[in-house]
Amino acid sequence: MNALLIRDLRLAFRAGGGFGLGLAFFLLVAVLVPLGVGPEPATLAKIAPGILWVGALLACLLSLDRIFALDFEDGSLDLLATSPIPLEGVVAVKALAHWLVTGLPLTLCAPMLGVLLNLPGPGYLWLVVSLAAGTPALSVIGAFGAALTVGIKRGGLLLSLLVLPLYVPTLIFGAEVVKRGATGAEALVPLLLLAGITAGAVALLPFAAAAALRVNLR
Amino acid sequence: MSVWEYANPKRFMQVSARVLPVVVGLTVVSLVTGLIWGFFFTPDDFRQGSTVKIIFLHVPTAMMAINAWVMMLVASLIWLIRRHHVSALAAKAAAPVGLTFTLIALVTGALWGQPMWGTWWAWDPRLTAFLILALFYLGYIALWQAVDDPDTAADLTAVLCMVGSVFAVLSRYAVKFWNQGLHQDSTILKVGEKDPIDVAYYVPLVVCILGFVLLFVALVLMRTRTEIRARRLSALLAQERLA
Repeated sequence: MNALLIRDLRLAFRAGGGFGLGLAFFLLVAVLVPLGVGPEPATLAKIAPGILWVGALLACLLSLDRIFALDFEDGSLDLLATSPIPLEGVVAVKALAHWLVTGLPLTLCAPMLGVLLNLPGPGYLWLVVSLAAGTPALSVIGAFGAALTVGIKRGGLLLSLLVLPLYVPTLIFGAEVVKRGATGAEALVPLLLLAGITAGAVALLPFAAAAALRVNLR
Repeated sequence: MSVWEYANPKRFMQVSARVLPVVVGLTVVSLVTGLIWGFFFTPDDFRQGSTVKIIFLHVPTAMMAINAWVMMLVASLIWLIRRHHVSALAAKAAAPVGLTFTLIALVTGALWGQPMWGTWWAWDPRLTAFLILALFYLGYIALWQAVDDPDTAADLTAVLCMVGSVFAVLSRYAVKFWNQGLHQDSTILKVGEKDPIDVAYYVPLVVCILGFVLLFVALVLMRTRTEIRARRLSALLAQERLA
């Protein structure tokens, strides 16, 4: 499993792996929104939590189809399915690799983009904490969506259609944490609910994703 | 004699051919009675005027939009556990019907909301949850369309339906947390309690709900029969190509 994780990380970091693509997209969203809504600091401060969370979510979405598609095309997914590691474990490792190359960098860079969007001072800590707690759920849910659509040619758009409704609870609680944190309100309750969604998704969705992969490899 | 005998496509076609005309007849009778009674023979509300009569479309379709998804979930589980093809096809057949009910509920709600709340749309928990439900229906239908092999499609959509159900319920409670409601609570189950719905509306509303349940059953039976025929046709075509 370690070897698989290292392999996936290497593939992502080396040329053509698409590492940084999500980050660049996240940056673009944070730059484009002020250009669209105007530069008033008060407006930006109000919408910053939501924009940052939506941007992180969309950036996550960009690289989802890479989780299984390439391995499915060159046949290594078949090898993984017949290997001694359970397929659920493969899914979990691949989701973890996806999180390490998208969710984690997004979490670390988000405060800088918060400055661009004039996020109020107390919000920064909550932003990092909520992204750290929420982005693993995005990766696991995305891995499930990718497993469903792996056999479909040009499944990228379908993948977004399937995954975005599943992202709704995560987005609501994640943005709520930052919004409350930025205004100094009690933010612990949505944070705990967000962490609960992540814990549930990480625990259960690899089984659903592995079931979908088995169907697609049949 | 077990209920699973009806899962045999041949038996299903025989029985549904006999049941369908009865269901269609009852649907027409109850919908015509309920809607005409509701629209023309109930008094106007003292505050809402005649807009109150949208309830006779809005409430039954909204109920059936949710019930259709539950029916798809049950059918998907039966497919995953017992591998009855009729079950998978029934789930496939129910999805567009459920989506249509969802859209009707959203549109009638908007038509009522404009004069009453002064807005076509508000990000109210119930409205938002219904919009998300419509997205779930769209994704489910799109996945059926995208996969070529029928058994693969049935398996994948069944898994999606199960996971989607969990997330649809989560979304429902998440949006409740996220925004305060503008939508009034249900008054149908309050008969005998404080502030119940008036009997003048209650009786035709129950007739309408019955009519829409029957309409759903009739449409799903019809569409399932079509799906079974389409499956037989493609099997025949495949045989001919081999011969």
